[in-house]
Amino acid sequence: MAEKVKNSAVFFNPLSKDNPVIVQVLGICSALAVTAKLEPAIVMGISVIAVLAFASVIISLIRKTIPVNVRIIVQLVVVAALVVIVNQLLEAYAYDVSRQLSVFVGLIITNCILMGRLEAFAMQNRPWPSFLDGVGNGLGYATILVIVAFFRELLGSGTLLGVQVIPQALYDAGYQNNGLMILPPMALVVVACIIWVHRARNKELQEK
Amino acid sequence: MKALRKALDRVKPHFEDGGKLHAFHSVYDGIETFLYTPRTVAAMDGVHVHDAIDSKRTMIIVVLALLPCFLFGCYNCGYQHWLAAGETTFPFFSLFFYGLLSILPMVVVTYVVGLGIEFIVAQWRREEIQEGFLVTGLILPMICPIDTPLWMVAVATAFAVVFAKEVFGGTGYNIVNIALTARAFLFFAYPSKMSGDKAFIATDPIGTWAPAVPDGFTCATPLGEVATSTSASYPFDVFHGAGGQAIDAWQAFVGLIPGSFGETSTLCILIGAAILLFTRIGDWRIMLSVVAGALAMGALSNALATPAYPGTMVPFYDQLLLGGLLFGAVFMATDPVTACRTNTGKYIYGAFIGIVAVIIRNYNTGYPEGAMLAILLANVLAPLIDWCVVQANVSRRMRRLVAIEKKED
Repeated sequence: MAEKVKNSAVFFNPLSKDNPVIVQVLGICSALAVTAKLEPAIVMGISVIAVLAFASVIISLIRKTIPVNVRIIVQLVVVAALVVIVNQLLEAYAYDVSRQLSVFVGLIITNCILMGRLEAFAMQNRPWPSFLDGVGNGLGYATILVIVAFFRELLGSGTLLGVQVIPQALYDAGYQNNGLMILPPMALVVVACIIWVHRARNKELQEK
Repeated sequence: MKALRKALDRVKPHFEDGGKLHAFHSVYDGIETFLYTPRTVAAMDGVHVHDAIDSKRTMIIVVLALLPCFLFGCYNCGYQHWLAAGETTFPFFSLFFYGLLSILPMVVVTYVVGLGIEFIVAQWRREEIQEGFLVTGLILPMICPIDTPLWMVAVATAFAVVFAKEVFGGTGYNIVNIALTARAFLFFAYPSKMSGDKAFIATDPIGTWAPAVPDGFTCATPLGEVATSTSASYPFDVFHGAGGQAIDAWQAFVGLIPGSFGETSTLCILIGAAILLFTRIGDWRIMLSVVAGALAMGALSNALATPAYPGTMVPFYDQLLLGGLLFGAVFMATDPVTACRTNTGKYIYGAFIGIVAVIIRNYNTGYPEGAMLAILLANVLAPLIDWCVVQANVSRRMRRLVAIEKKED
């Protein structure tokens, strides 16, 4: 019973109280790069969830046999193998999106969230909690990515998932898309706004 | 004046502790100290700086210094409109009121949005209302193209006040200049309205009162003309005004050229600079070093002139006559909050602005004017420059101390 409570905490904490992007401030680089449009952000989120979940399970399974001195290299090899699989799948079944994501799928290997979770959690825990931790952190990352991409695509291009959302009448009345939203700096401003709202609602996270 | 003072005193009890309007006490306080200098502007004992002037009075002097540019802007805005409409007579008062009517909505929008946010934040944080926006709210319309849609101005003002000022702690804590942040936001968010050859001449005939400008009318600013020019030979100093006529250096000096509302007249900017320098509110070191930096870089690029970059063919003195660099140097680079504090730092900071602004103008044809980006970049670097200057001073004195100690041994 006690373990079950812990497992749910392992899964749910990264979604809000211990979110990898807005609390631990990891994985910011890809949050800037892939969030100009919603579709690549969703695909990127799913890719990270998949890689992180399976890498956590694999590392957790072999955690007792990994020599301490080379553990980072072993983790990298596992992650790299999974990333290559994801990349090949994307190129096979979602070629356009994989072109948009370009190098950023490959750069999942160096995403700080992955190394952080493998090092901090999967190396010390059994496979099932590690799996939950991987999915939870991946989801926490993907959630922020999708929120940022939602605002950037809506305000920057007037579309969502490529579908025109802002009515033509508004453009006729003089409305214009905000070109700054497409540029990377605005991703930081949007992330900052999310952190702002999040800290305002969770007072215990506020720095003194 | 007595009546005003009495009215203020009569309503004052409502805003004090226990009064029914106490929640709005910061609003009352803001208005009272705006109208009347408080009896004490700094504590009368202790180590505070004792000064008879407070920041509200400082801001009002900057607004006064801006007025010549503003009034001339009104006239020039009308003048450019009349030229664009192909008129040959220029009735002074019609031109002036046309310009005033064109700019007024933008001024009202910036003040309402900016001051509105300041009042709300002050109320929320239970702080005094700060006065920094007095100047920002006047400068912003003066550095924007006259035809910028009002809702864009409102969005940009809100963005700049919230993200460049309030999140850093309000007036006096901002890292970059607020008016320039708003303008940079407009420039990157809505480039089609902020540059090019359709933005800088007011085309609205205000009903049928003013002469109509033909449809599809275009007129670039002189710097815009430079940036889009494909072939040029030295010296490149023939620019064209709204009526297609050539612009000479004298007109550029007086300011009868297309451009953002308040920045065209070198003459009026110099009057403003004189006011700021006489009252010692603006720092001469910054103004001087911006001008020196811009002229030096202009002369250097003249020496290395190449037709690939038409800007390098523009005579170096035009760097001050055209565009917004001088306006920025006098009214924005000197902003004491965002500039360097040390005197040596001020020279470096100013020269940096002048040099970078001219580099952007001359070598990046995507950006006809570089003053905005140069000042913002220098704002960000200002604390670093100060730090280096202070550290250099520390280590110099340290060396001296070591030398003295050696001698004594």
